[in-house]
Amino acid sequence: MRGITKRFPGVLANDQVDFEALPGEVHALLGENGAGKSTLSNILTGLYRPDEGEMLLYGKPATFHAPRDAIDAGVGMVHQHFRLAASFTVAENLVLGHRDAADRGLLLEPRVVEGRIAELSRRYRMPVNPRARIWQLSVGEQQRVEILKVLYRGARILILDEPTSQLTPQEADDLFQTLRLMAAEQRTIIFISHKLEEVMAVSNRVTVLRRGKVIGTVMTGDTNTRELARMMVGRDVVFTQKKQGPAQAERQVALELRQVSATGDLGTPALHNVNLTVHAGEIVGVAGVAGNGQHELAEVVTGMRRRTSGQVIVTGRPARGSNPLEAIRRGIAYVPDDRLGTGVAPSLSVAENLVLKAFRRPPISTQGFLHPRRIRANAVELMRRFNIAASSPQTPARQLSGGNIQKVLLARELSSHPRVLVACSPTSGLDVGATDTVRGLLLEAARDGVGILLISEDLDEILALADRIAVLYGGRITGIVERQHAEVEQLGLMMAGAATK
Amino acid sequence: MIRIERRLTESRWLVAAVPAGSLVAAAILSGLILLVTGHDPVATWSRLLDRGFFAPGAMSATLVTATPLLLTGLAAAAAFRMQTWNIGAEGQLYLGAVGASGIGIALRDQSPFLVIPAMILAGIVTGAAWAAIPGVLRAYTRTNEIITSLMLNYVAGLLMSYLIFDSHSYWRDLSTFTARVFPQGKYLPDAASWPNFPLGGIAIPLGFVLGMIAAAVLWVIYTATRFGFEARVIGDSRAAAHYAGIRTRRKIVAVMALSGALAGIGGASEIGDFRHVLDPRGLQQASFGYAGIVVAALARLNPFAVIVVAILLGGLSNAGFSLQGATFPAGLVGTLQGLILFCALAGELLVHYRIRFARRAGAAPPAPVPARAEIA
Ligand SMILES: Nc1ncnc2c1ncn2[C@@H]1O[C@H](COP(=O)(O)OP(=O)(O)OP(=O)(O)O)[C@@H](O)[C@H]1O
Ligand SMILES: [Mg+2]
Repeated sequence: MRGITKRFPGVLANDQVDFEALPGEVHALLGENGAGKSTLSNILTGLYRPDEGEMLLYGKPATFHAPRDAIDAGVGMVHQHFRLAASFTVAENLVLGHRDAADRGLLLEPRVVEGRIAELSRRYRMPVNPRARIWQLSVGEQQRVEILKVLYRGARILILDEPTSQLTPQEADDLFQTLRLMAAEQRTIIFISHKLEEVMAVSNRVTVLRRGKVIGTVMTGDTNTRELARMMVGRDVVFTQKKQGPAQAERQVALELRQVSATGDLGTPALHNVNLTVHAGEIVGVAGVAGNGQHELAEVVTGMRRRTSGQVIVTGRPARGSNPLEAIRRGIAYVPDDRLGTGVAPSLSVAENLVLKAFRRPPISTQGFLHPRRIRANAVELMRRFNIAASSPQTPARQLSGGNIQKVLLARELSSHPRVLVACSPTSGLDVGATDTVRGLLLEAARDGVGILLISEDLDEILALADRIAVLYGGRITGIVERQHAEVEQLGLMMAGAATK
Repeated sequence: MIRIERRLTESRWLVAAVPAGSLVAAAILSGLILLVTGHDPVATWSRLLDRGFFAPGAMSATLVTATPLLLTGLAAAAAFRMQTWNIGAEGQLYLGAVGASGIGIALRDQSPFLVIPAMILAGIVTGAAWAAIPGVLRAYTRTNEIITSLMLNYVAGLLMSYLIFDSHSYWRDLSTFTARVFPQGKYLPDAASWPNFPLGGIAIPLGFVLGMIAAAVLWVIYTATRFGFEARVIGDSRAAAHYAGIRTRRKIVAVMALSGALAGIGGASEIGDFRHVLDPRGLQQASFGYAGIVVAALARLNPFAVIVVAILLGGLSNAGFSLQGATFPAGLVGTLQGLILFCALAGELLVHYRIRFARRAGAAPPAPVPARAEIA
């Protein structure tokens, strides 16, 4: 790509970007939130058209008018936010909108498709059941489906936009295996991530973007995480955030779960008699491999999911039903892991999303009427405080970069003065600077007396923030340890199901 | 090969230029047809405009047709804005007519100041109740509201016919021998006739005034109230609405009822403003409910635009009636009207989609992977 420039109203997303990637290489694309990584990939896949600049594929000029042109040319992308049809099967998703299928008329030949899927998934070590429906799959499995879909269409250049931000470390390792296998076949992998260790582990070369400009391209072997971070941010980055001292002794209980059970989306039991206490000012980390009940735990506490038995008690009062509104009124804030799907209304503006919960109360509304000026003022204030990069408060949330959507969510939830905050992977998808800021915000909230339930697969994050760590395995709490006594190996064993005290 | 692609961004100038372009296209296409059939296009158009809007009394007649279109258009816009597909304005309008005529007959000796508000209220209540049925089914049993609301149109039509043709109902006139042989509804008393508001020679029916008020109310609801905010969140993302603690089910029922109430006012106005009798055949032939969907779509669900579009379509259809005659067959009138609508909708599509004429992409087989070459 040469001299690529892309403007959005009010933002210069890509500014004279030169970028090249070679067959057989894993090329990492790094940059802060909103640096223009997703925009650049969207240009490469024909989703956007560049305002200036040209693209060369294998030495020949290429212009894409539509994603289909890119697919035909062998460029495929796995998006930051998946684009699968939830009620369709894996096999159906793979052929959806695919030219092969169209050419043969409406008849799909399930066995042929399933056979090819099986072959691909064997070759790249990505086990997946072609007949499963998407909504039944974990995020990691959905990701595999996205990758298979791209491979199924014969892509030789694959772009993965923050593929690991929602994966468990194990799933991420598997993914890296797959990427190496694909690179070994002379395919080109463009890999976008905020996790510098991953970039160091998997890539051959790194290109860093900052505010839409290329800062430089380096060989991974010749650099280190510190230098990459400096290239991204433009200054030295030091992680300052560490929870100070031990947990405050015996403060008020903010949240208590007593013998809580619940079922998952498939109707199978997902939580078994969970007991858990979070004190005001305390951060309790919930560690575990995804799919062991974390999602259900968060939803039960926030009233989004019915519990089959047990009690959820907030500041001494048991919740009556299971209803999100009641939870909101009682001061339970929630940062869900599914941002674009659940955490924001994508077509509504940033300003509106920032009052998605507060719109019921004064000063945002009185007597059923909204106050647009206060909504706007609230947005301006929060955008400043949380450093949300959007061209204006009226920008639809959908148009923000992934990290900025996350900031909108955090800004809304933290500004609601909650008693309890349930935060699921709060820093996934955030750049190093923003991660640091968010961790700081969580610690500050805890200092102000918020009880925080931090659900994350990132053990480092939990170790950095939590006072106590509960391990969830198979829907049960298999152990709770104080941070001072926590050892990574022991936690790992517990996460894998080895019972301990 | 021709391809149709969805536009990622809607450019501003297109939004303005396309309606103008559609108008030109409609003029050219209809002009061709007129020439081929041996009519003078310019004369025909000027007659069309004249009969629709400018001749003495034309605008008043246009408003008669525009009134039900305005209210059913608003009904559709109210529901569609929340991505709730109420296709049942037709049946809700019938029910509004049934309710309003029933009350009008029942209060025969009362003052207009009691009868007219009672009729409006009856139209609102019956229309809302009828629309609440698919609303409740949608909210609590996840039944597709498109199908249920559509089916209820037929039920409502049959109900009306039953009341007048197949039963000795309260609505049916049985006072004279002819009325018993040729079934018809009871005429409403004079006190149940809605007033007109004359403005510069144009008679504005009460129903139209109510429609304009309703448009303003709808606009306020959707832009400035909690109710509208919740509806917009639901329309955008059910999951986000659930997350935000919005009671999605109640809201679906409420918006359907709101939509039905608007269509119901349309039915009440048909009785109070124009027909003064429950007339199943006439109402069913007019199919104002379905036309309302077109009105809402052309107005891009904007309540104020619904007013304008309703007047334009009302004028077009009225002018059509007065154009046809010995030398101008009804079929030709329908063709012209259809063409104008077609161009408007095609233009609407153009704002969202782009049409490309291209050689078949991918005709050249992709090059084999070179061992080591620059890509990108
Ligand atoms: N469709 C759009 N309309 C308007 N502005 C946009 C649009 N898409 C992206 N932007 C803006 O362009 C800039 C670059 O966004 P981009 O999504 O490329 O960032 P990114 O590097 O992928 O960030 P992140 O790591 O947070 O995902 C941002 O300021 C964003 O708000
Ligand atoms: Mg991005």
